[in-house]
Amino acid sequence: MKVLAISGSLRPDSYNTKLLRAAEELLPPEVDFVLYQGVKAVPPYDEGDDVQVAPMSVAALRSAIGEADAVLFATPEYNSSIPGSLKNALDWVSRPLATNTLRNKPVAVVGASTGAFGAVWAQADLRKVLAAIGARVVEGEVAVGHAPTRFDEEGRLEDESLREQLQETVDALLAEVEARALVPA
Amino acid sequence: MSTTTDTRQALPVGTWQLDPIHSTIGFEVDYLAGSFRGQFREVAGQLQTKGETPVLTGSAKVASVDVKDENLAGHLQSPDFFDAERYPELSFESGEIERTGDEITVRGGITIKGVEKPVELTGTIADPITENEKLSVKLDTTVDRTEFGVNWNVPLPDGKPALADEVKLSAELFFVKEA
Repeated sequence: MKVLAISGSLRPDSYNTKLLRAAEELLPPEVDFVLYQGVKAVPPYDEGDDVQVAPMSVAALRSAIGEADAVLFATPEYNSSIPGSLKNALDWVSRPLATNTLRNKPVAVVGASTGAFGAVWAQADLRKVLAAIGARVVEGEVAVGHAPTRFDEEGRLEDESLREQLQETVDALLAEVEARALVPA
Repeated sequence: MSTTTDTRQALPVGTWQLDPIHSTIGFEVDYLAGSFRGQFREVAGQLQTKGETPVLTGSAKVASVDVKDENLAGHLQSPDFFDAERYPELSFESGEIERTGDEITVRGGITIKGVEKPVELTGTIADPITENEKLSVKLDTTVDRTEFGVNWNVPLPDGKPALADEVKLSAELFFVKEA
């Protein structure tokens, strides 16, 4: 089983990327975890560029999602919502809506912010966007507020209850993959 | 002038197979300021009246949902709405069927997104035509989509939901008698 992780923050030392790495630690050893690094290369969406041969950065993202059994997103919160770069990347992935690679794909959303609320509004927006694209959005929210104080030097989440919430979300995501495998093609 | 009360109660005897080309199973729901209609292209059904209790069954493939916008068709098939991957069919099976003249009432269970709920459908039945081989039945009912876990909505600027919970289902069924 392969889980693709996509961080909505592009900063190399991003708390959201740390949160995804913390989730990786909670996965069973047989699960492949791949952190996607190509969101920054995705150009602004232009329907005129959305042709048979997509820009390479878009084709790579679509195909990475297509090859994964599930996708775990971590998003920061910019102005009460998700970063434009993440929304833009998802707008590309969503096309064409009827056959896009996120369709029916189990996805989960977590988030970290430097403020008190842990990107809860961005997470809610991201869930709405993913559902509209046709993904199978699992329940569960992990809101890591005051992110600079939440990780130890190895990048592990120090707060026990946040680790438990992250574990529950990861477990729910994997359970959704298992459930999907039982559906006859 | 004479008046008579139409009291025909019997259903025409036979095994009646649904003609999917001449039948329509559709839905209508209030959306924004108007109403929105769609139908399912792939439908199947049977009316069996040979036994002691007549039975009407029917189904529609979710993947065949037909609306005027292909993006909406995609959204309707997603987990936000019908979840076609996990629940590929909508289905109905009757319990009790009552006929009085041209009017017909069918009670039974409808299954949407894996959830079965009792419904009462009402409508009309026409006597068979072309040497008793073709039969037409029209039925309507209204369901609350949220009872089946079809919950998607967005708020309008005034805070009210854009999509109504109540959905009118209508079936125009055309049956052919099995030889």
